[in-house]
This record gives sequence, structure tokens and C-alpha cells, in this order.
Amino acid sequence: MPETLTDTLLRVEGLKLHYRTRNGVVRAVDDVSFDIRRNEAVVVLGESGCGKSSLAKALLRIPPRNTQECSGKVWLNGTDIMGMNEEKFRKEVRWSEISMVMQAAMNALNPVVRVGEQVAEPLCLHRGWSSERALKHAAGIFSLVGIPNDFMRRYPFELSGGMRQRAVLAMALVTEPSLVILDEPTSALDVLTQANIMNVLKRIKREMGTSFILITHDVSTSSEIADRVALMYAGQLVEFSNADDFFRNPAHPYSRLLMASVPRLRQVIRPEHIPGQPPSMLSVPEGCRFADRCPSRFERCVKNPDLLKINGDREVRCWLYEKGLKS
Amino acid sequence: MTGDNEIVVSVRDLHTWFELRRWGIVRVGNVRAVDGISFDLKRGESVAFVGESGCGKSTLARTLLGLHIPTSGKVFFEGINMQELDRKGLLDYRARVGFVQQDPYGALPPFMDVRRILREPLIIHGVGDRKEQESRIRESMEDVRLSPPEEFLHKFPHMLSGGQQQRVVIARALMLKPSMIIADEPVSMLDASVRVEILNLLRNIQKTRQLTLAFITHDLSTVRYFAERVFVMYAGRIVEKSTVDNLLEHPAHPYTRALLDALPDPDPENAARMRELPSGEPPSLIDPPSGCRFHPRCPHAIKGLCEVDIPPDFEPGEGHTAACWLHRQ
Repeated sequence: MPETLTDTLLRVEGLKLHYRTRNGVVRAVDDVSFDIRRNEAVVVLGESGCGKSSLAKALLRIPPRNTQECSGKVWLNGTDIMGMNEEKFRKEVRWSEISMVMQAAMNALNPVVRVGEQVAEPLCLHRGWSSERALKHAAGIFSLVGIPNDFMRRYPFELSGGMRQRAVLAMALVTEPSLVILDEPTSALDVLTQANIMNVLKRIKREMGTSFILITHDVSTSSEIADRVALMYAGQLVEFSNADDFFRNPAHPYSRLLMASVPRLRQVIRPEHIPGQPPSMLSVPEGCRFADRCPSRFERCVKNPDLLKINGDREVRCWLYEKGLKS
Repeated sequence: MTGDNEIVVSVRDLHTWFELRRWGIVRVGNVRAVDGISFDLKRGESVAFVGESGCGKSTLARTLLGLHIPTSGKVFFEGINMQELDRKGLLDYRARVGFVQQDPYGALPPFMDVRRILREPLIIHGVGDRKEQESRIRESMEDVRLSPPEEFLHKFPHMLSGGQQQRVVIARALMLKPSMIIADEPVSMLDASVRVEILNLLRNIQKTRQLTLAFITHDLSTVRYFAERVFVMYAGRIVEKSTVDNLLEHPAHPYTRALLDALPDPDPENAARMRELPSGEPPSLIDPPSGCRFHPRCPHAIKGLCEVDIPPDFEPGEGHTAACWLHRQ
């Protein structure tokens, strides 16, 4: 169902990304549906191995070689981008409309090319600009992310970690895409640098009107920018709520345990760990995937619940919220 | 904790510098990773060393372990001057201090199973016969909740989860019944949900065995629950020492305040505002700024003082020191 003239930027339905491994099929992203509005930051939270990075790969259509199935429907501004042929997708969507900062991208800069040229490169490739014109445009993006313009002539090794992270952010923003996917953009950085990058993201969101998908396992840092939170567990979305509700009143039992495990600086609440481990992605249980670790498990949980709507705009994958049980 | 105030480690004006040479011959300078640090650690207390990467906290840990030779200054361990130890003495010393590394997978030899990994320190130090070794291995596996031991003894590191690997590392550090544990970012490589579990485990072992724990971390939000005192490090020096509660309530050094202000709690209101942060980045340790090392970034720097003289430790409160001219009496 294509949508036009609404504030929905991206609509994802039934996205799947399954990998083939020696031991069987890993269902890393298993039927994920959600939507992102214009100028909105959606945070995808989850433990490692829950499929959050795979989700990003599926959206940008860069599945790894051992992919068995990559399917589902994705609409960007009402246009189906999963059905598009690769050439058209590369020209019109990847990096022009959706760009990405990969995990540890700051260590993947080309060591023998000046930073400015690397940041400007997408403009030459995707818009066919001359390198002078691209460099001039890139200078504006450098100021936006807070790198002095004379740093454009430096090589990556001459920049600190925070500066390199800002440079890869500039690279993702240089084509002025409407959606930027950030995969763990601050996890290797120090506290002050981390706060600084989050400040930069907030400013970009305000000034450029960009939407973000921020993939992270760091609950505290994610609250710096989140408008809505999508929590993943074992390849599925288990909760999708606006940030106020998620951080103040998490609904899914897993969300509640996750919030209780976060150490807090300004409140004395002893963090509690979540007992048990996520299921192996090679043999996910039939029923609710969190049931094994869930303190509120009951008979219904032998069947996997659907995402249930509660309070209008929240979605929770838990039988507790089935009509009549809890509001 | 206890009335026991016995000092286990005493460090006096410690410097660990690394020489920089050009073409391997000409000396061109020093990296002053640890540059004038003094402190005492008591028996049975857990002290967190907090700082950003490059502040010298890992170098300090490795110097305490005897892996780096200090350029100057003294380290006393249970009253013995470490620099005067010979090879045999150093071996004994290392048996008294356990080390928990940051990356558990990198710290465990991939070709040894858990039993062999845990037996290794006993073999090196010639402790017990096979039977006694076996019972000690099982005992320390129970201590780190790798139970039942039979399930793990034959496993190799790659067959264990990150949390289990870190438990093996902790068990290994405990094999020789040390009186001190140095843990260098013990949970930063682990998944968020496992972190609290491992920290709780370390803390319980430390408390029940009355161990001294030097807990190196960059995460101030966990120190409240896992340490009694905090030392804040910046550019090779300790800028503030305090009890945990006092530091979180009344941070005295501008750098500590900046760190605390930058750390978010999971609060949806964070998204609405920008954080105030000090400008610039930590200085080079080859050519650190004169006077107070934080002065180029400090919003309260006093002209004519902070960039000239290195601030000594002032005492804004009892058991609380801050190396900052703002607190001069």
C-alpha cells in the first residue's frame, strides 16, 4: 500500500534476512515491520546478535554473500525500493536517499587518501560532480559536523578518533539524504567525545531535517536522540514505542528487564542483570522467543505472539497485552 | 567495610615514561603515560580508576603488575619495594596480584581447555600435586559460578560465551589466592546485559575474600555500585580522589564535573537539549601543557596561575583531594 503526501518517510513490511551457515539457517531478521516519519530518530536497541545490524544491511540492500533469503517490502516516500533493479537503486536510493555509517567505519577510512576527498567522493559518484565542486560542497558539511576546514587536507591517521567519526558522519551526510542509518556510532569513543557526537547529531536533525535510524546497545546514549524506540530480540521487534513511554514505562517484560539493567548515575537504583541467554538463532523456539527468560511467562507463551497495539501508537509482542489481560 | 585499615599498595610519585626514538637510535622525547602519581590502597577496598582512553590508566595497571619498569618513583606492595625484587621475588609478587584483562577472548590461549588454563598458574608456581590442583580448579570454578565444573573443564575458549570467558579469566586470576586484583576494563568488551552480572561477581568475590580491587574503567555510572573510592585520571595524573558517594554528589575538579555532565541516564528529556562540553581534546602526552594539564579546556582556568604552576592536591573535604587551584585555601 503505497503512501503519498503523509509524513511517513520509510515503510517496512515483513522484512526478512536469513543467512546460510554450516550449521543451518540463521534467521537474523525475521519478519520485521515498522515505519519512520520525516525528521524522526528511531533507535533500534538490542543485545549483540539480535539482528539489528542485519536490519540495516537489508534496508540498504547490501546482504552478505551467504544470504539465503532477503525479502520483504520497503517503501521510501511511497516508492517500492525492494523491487527496484539494482542499478536504479544504486543511482537513486543508496547514498542519495539512504546513507549509512557502518560499525567502526572510522577505522575503515582509506589511509592514503585525504579526508576531504573521501568525504566528497559520494558526490562525484552519485551526482557526477567535478571534484572541485564536490570538495567545495563538502566543506560546508565539515563545518556542520564540527571539523575545521583545514582538516580536509589531512590524512585519517592525523585525526583523533572523535574527528574520524565526525568525518564518516560527514561522508554519510554529504549527499543530503533523507535517512541516515548509524550503526553503533559512539561505541568505541570516550565519554566526552560520545556526548559531542550526540550533540552533532541533534544539530543535524534540527538543521537538515534528516531522519535517523540509530542502531545501538547503549540505552543511556540512545535516549539522547530517540523519538521512538524499536527493541529487537532474536530477530524480531518486541516493542516499538515512543521514547517517553519506552524510557519511563517500558511495556514488554524484556524492555522492563533491560531498563532495570542500566546503571544510572543520578539515581541510586542497583542495576539487575537479565538472567539467561538469548536463544540460538539456529533453532529459535516455537513460541515466544523471550519466554525462557521471562518472569511473567504463562501458558499462552508456547505460541509466538504478534505485535499487539496498545494505547494507540505502541506495539508490543507479548500475550500479556492481549485484550482483557492488561491495558 | 572492616576496621582494618592495613595498606596493601602504596605508590609514591610514580612515573612511567616510554622513550621515543627516531630510527631506533636518536632519542626524540618521551610519552609520559604515567606522570607523577601517588596513592594508597587498603586491604579489602575496591577503588575505581576512571579516565578517558590515553589518560594512562592501563599503563598504571601494567606498572603495578610489574610489566612496565617505572621511570622513577616507588611502588610498595605489602611493605616491600617492588624495584628491589629479583626474578624470584617478582614471580612471588605476581602470584599475589591477579589480573583480569579487558578482552577475555584475547586473554585466553585458544589451544588450551579450561582445565589447562586454570592449571597453568599452579604449574608455573609449582603449587600442589595433581589431585590438589584439580580440587583448586573446581573450587575456583564454583566461585565464579561456572558450575557444574564438568560441563566446562573440557571446553576451549571459543566454545564459551563472552561472559563465560570472562569468568574463566577471573577464575584464573584467583587461582593463586592473591591479595589484590587489578581489573582493566573487565566488562567493556561484553554485552550490556552480562556486564552487571560480571561486575557483581567480581564485587562479591572481592568482598568475601577481603581482596583489594583496582578497577579500571571509563564508565562512571557503574562505580557507585562496585567501588568504595574513585580516582579520576587525566593526562597521566590523578586529578581527584574521593569516596564514591562524595564524588558523585560534590565533584570538585572541573574535569570530573565535565565527565559527570557528559554521561546520560536513560531519560527521554535528554533529546530536547544539547550538552555543555569542554572544548578541545585530551593533550598529547609527549608534550603536555604546562601547569595544570586541563587548563586549555577548563572553563574556570585562572590566568597567570593554572598555566604556570602544577596544582598540588588540595582537600576540599575529608578524604577528598582535588588537584585544582580553585580549591586552594
